[in-house]
Amino acid sequence: MQRRVVVTGLGLVTPVGCGVEAAWSNILAGRSGARKIENFDVSDIACKVAAPVPRKSEFPDRADAFDPDDVMSARDAKRIDDFILYSIAAADQALADAKWAPKELGEEAQYRTGVMIGSGIGGLQTVYDASITLHEKGPRRLSPFVIPSMLINLASGQTSIRHGLKGPNHSVVTACATGVHAIGDAGRLIAHGDADVMVAGGGEAAITRLGIAAFVACRAMTTGFNDTPEKASRPYDKDRDGFLMGEGAGVVVLEEYEHAKARGAKIYAELRGYGLSGDAYHITSPAPEGEGGHRAMVAALKNSGLDVSDIGYVNAHGTSTPLGDELEVMAVEKLLGEHASNVLMSSTKSATGHLLGAAGAIEAIFSILALRDGMAPPTLNLDNPSVETKLDLVPHTAKPFEAKAVMSNSFGFGGTNAAVIFAKVD
Amino acid sequence: MSDVMARVKKMVVEHLDVEEEKVTDNAHFIDDLGADSLDNVELVMAFEEEFDIEIPDDAAEHIQTVGDAVKFISEKVG
Repeated sequence: MQRRVVVTGLGLVTPVGCGVEAAWSNILAGRSGARKIENFDVSDIACKVAAPVPRKSEFPDRADAFDPDDVMSARDAKRIDDFILYSIAAADQALADAKWAPKELGEEAQYRTGVMIGSGIGGLQTVYDASITLHEKGPRRLSPFVIPSMLINLASGQTSIRHGLKGPNHSVVTACATGVHAIGDAGRLIAHGDADVMVAGGGEAAITRLGIAAFVACRAMTTGFNDTPEKASRPYDKDRDGFLMGEGAGVVVLEEYEHAKARGAKIYAELRGYGLSGDAYHITSPAPEGEGGHRAMVAALKNSGLDVSDIGYVNAHGTSTPLGDELEVMAVEKLLGEHASNVLMSSTKSATGHLLGAAGAIEAIFSILALRDGMAPPTLNLDNPSVETKLDLVPHTAKPFEAKAVMSNSFGFGGTNAAVIFAKVD
Repeated sequence: MSDVMARVKKMVVEHLDVEEEKVTDNAHFIDDLGADSLDNVELVMAFEEEFDIEIPDDAAEHIQTVGDAVKFISEKVG
């Protein structure tokens, strides 16, 4: 028999702030994290906007700005890529929130706690810088920290070392579906008995010259809103022209239900359903009618044992690309059928931009908080929908709802799809 | 204190994030100053860059204390 899995801790480092409650209140208030790119040269790149994590050095007055010094020394931070720094910071928050400190509890707790933090791209800036060093100065000038700084699974590795987590140490790489796959797969490890607690999520830091230029090259990014960055991410809107790049990390603490109950942990929600599928269609374009995404949602719903009418809110993948948004609407409508007119679906990427491998993780957290508060976050900039739908796409302003369960979707390049369903604990 | 000694000390303090008092002649990078094997590699690279010298891998293996580094570098830069 499979064991039940619940969420007992959350951690967020996002373009709309660092810290779960700060980021969530900014999301509900409709604040955007978008701005002009200023920390590297974009004069020759068609996209000049992004949604970076606000840093204390840039915004000294903001309480929710991210301060790397709160996480580690400047010397240590220099030896890891930012995707690992964000992941560690989010994992610290999530473990503190869950009040779970295996190091203090002893070996058994350490053996039963694992980590599954992924990334879509990993240490892109590290690879870029190392390439320049290799080209200009030769191989003897390469730092011994290049490899451990860029490797995707080092987010999990570093987190395990920091907190003494000796259970399964794993990592997911499925492009923009990474965060959902990490949470879903980690949940399965608990359900199947490999661990009692998993620290799971995704981190990304690809707002770099190479990252922006390369996504522009595959025609995926917004290029028409360089003077009005906060308007650039506009899922479902007629004027959308590609995604806005975000960065950061989202990490959850997943825990076996009886384990959480026995120690009196605060339980946010139950991880009820998880579904996966492949498009087998195209490297960057989603399959017609979003049929791959649809099958992932069907699988998640089946896995949850819930009825479709239990779902009240969907946090969409909704990247603000011309093709993908409408296909997802079709796929969700097909899943929900008549119930679609009762459901709210929004894309928080309208505020955060697209965090690639971290997107699914931060959006799973926003979904959990939506369920907790009975509030669906808004889709910003949705002035003129390009698609007719029975779904309420929650334009501009957050909206209350009542439901037993919520769903979050993520789809990635290569045709990889994942959906998770969180429900209130009975 | 020689110029090389002063510069080496300063670099060790910066790279290993240790207090200056601990960086004595006999201080062992790993045993006394908390370095690991990767820190050592990075430190040797930093010496190469700072003093514009080459420290071959077999020589680097024998640079285990602050004094070892000062001695090797002093001989190289003459």
